[in-house]
Amino acid sequence: MNAIDVRHVSLSYDTPAGRVEAVRDASFGAAPSEFVCLVGPSGCGKTTLLNMIAGFLAPSAGEILIGGKPVSGEGLDRGIVFQDFAQLFPWRTAIQNVAFGLEMKNVPRPEREKIALEQLRLVRLEKFAHAYPHHLSGGMQQRVAIARALAYNPGVLLMDEPFAALDAMTRDEMQRLLAEVWRETRKTVVYVTHNVAEAVYLADRVIVMSAHPGQVRAVVSIRLPRPRDPLSVEFLDHQKELLSHLTRQEDA
Amino acid sequence: MKALIAILAALAAYEAVARSGWFAPALVPTLPAIAHTLWDMLRDGTMENHALATLWRVFAGLALATTTGLVLGFLMARYGAVERFFSPLVSALMPIPSLAWAPVFILWFGLGNVATILIVFYASTFPMLINTRAGARAVNPLWLRAARAMGASGTRLFWKVVVPGASPFIITGLRLAFQRAWIAVVGAEMLAASDYGLGWVIFDAKEFLNTDIMLASLAVIGAIGFVFERLVFGTLERATILRWGMLRTAKA
Repeated sequence: MNAIDVRHVSLSYDTPAGRVEAVRDASFGAAPSEFVCLVGPSGCGKTTLLNMIAGFLAPSAGEILIGGKPVSGEGLDRGIVFQDFAQLFPWRTAIQNVAFGLEMKNVPRPEREKIALEQLRLVRLEKFAHAYPHHLSGGMQQRVAIARALAYNPGVLLMDEPFAALDAMTRDEMQRLLAEVWRETRKTVVYVTHNVAEAVYLADRVIVMSAHPGQVRAVVSIRLPRPRDPLSVEFLDHQKELLSHLTRQEDA
Repeated sequence: MKALIAILAALAAYEAVARSGWFAPALVPTLPAIAHTLWDMLRDGTMENHALATLWRVFAGLALATTTGLVLGFLMARYGAVERFFSPLVSALMPIPSLAWAPVFILWFGLGNVATILIVFYASTFPMLINTRAGARAVNPLWLRAARAMGASGTRLFWKVVVPGASPFIITGLRLAFQRAWIAVVGAEMLAASDYGLGWVIFDAKEFLNTDIMLASLAVIGAIGFVFERLVFGTLERATILRWGMLRTAKA
């Protein structure tokens, strides 16, 4: 059984300028522990689709299943990481942020502190457990956000361009770290990005989307051994393939 | 340190005027004369009793105002119906100076604590309410989204996210409410109190041309206000929004 099933999902809404079709008839699945990237230009509905999987938005047609169960609203079976560093609670230290989900699950304090510290160790931030977010760099804040989304042990990790606001060097570092975290935790990941190289580096499978209306254009499997070398010929070939799907839609 | 220099300069200027011989010493007593009166009043406990009476009225009024302001502010931010009902009332009542109610409250409740406390309450409710409402509305939607994704809802979402998220505004509201209350209480005591309170002492001293008592009481009023502004609210801010790096949101 798939960890995630997106079946003929559409979302349209009314604006003063008329009806907007944000997503049209999108379908894809993710096997357990699979890393899936949603790639596409802005306006292709990739974030909207992620928000529907997260349960923040309800599709106007179609259905989404997590572990075979239809999604209705948010749930602790999914962890979410946003692009904006401001997603952390500024009034909580790193470890208190990470422990939030466990607190909501009524896990007793000693246990949730232990688990939260383990998660911080996973993203190599155990030294900053008691720092407040505003004392952490952008990359560190995103690592805390990843630890926070993993702490209550959801099967699925949803990520919305988590490294897009970081500088290039930090981004590379974060991608390596995420690849390691994913290898260790074996979560099913849906990762939204507009960065083709990032998708080739991280994903088992890339869902290429096109805009106006947002729809699935192509599905590309990346069968490269890990850790991946972004300078290898095969890596560049995959990048070219994805780019060709993306430029083809611009011509259309 | 700079505050001390400014205060010393102002005192020196006053002393120069008092000793210039331009005004009768009974009307502009020198600082040592005022200090002497103040010391006498402190030694026999009259000043402390008056100050305690005033502080009691301030805190009774502030307690009512804070409760009302917090509850109504959060409810107005959360529920459209509450907002629609109370918003015109707030707009109509807010511009009325609290002291303008003094004659009405005196007729209804007589001279004494009730009328005084009600005037303080009236003066300090609005800053508390307006800031609480603004703070609740300014809570970053991303925090709510992240918290809901981690299973927070209802009262736990309110106490663990909305309240701390609104705290920069709530603390600003408290600070303004205290300032308003402290200003209002002195005026209220002049009009509506009998026998006790710093405002009443000043008003009563006028009858006997006791300028030294008036100025000594003013010094106590200023000192208490200063201590609260700098120490109480300064400490509160350092322990919360400064520590969390949230001061900028409060000023924005």
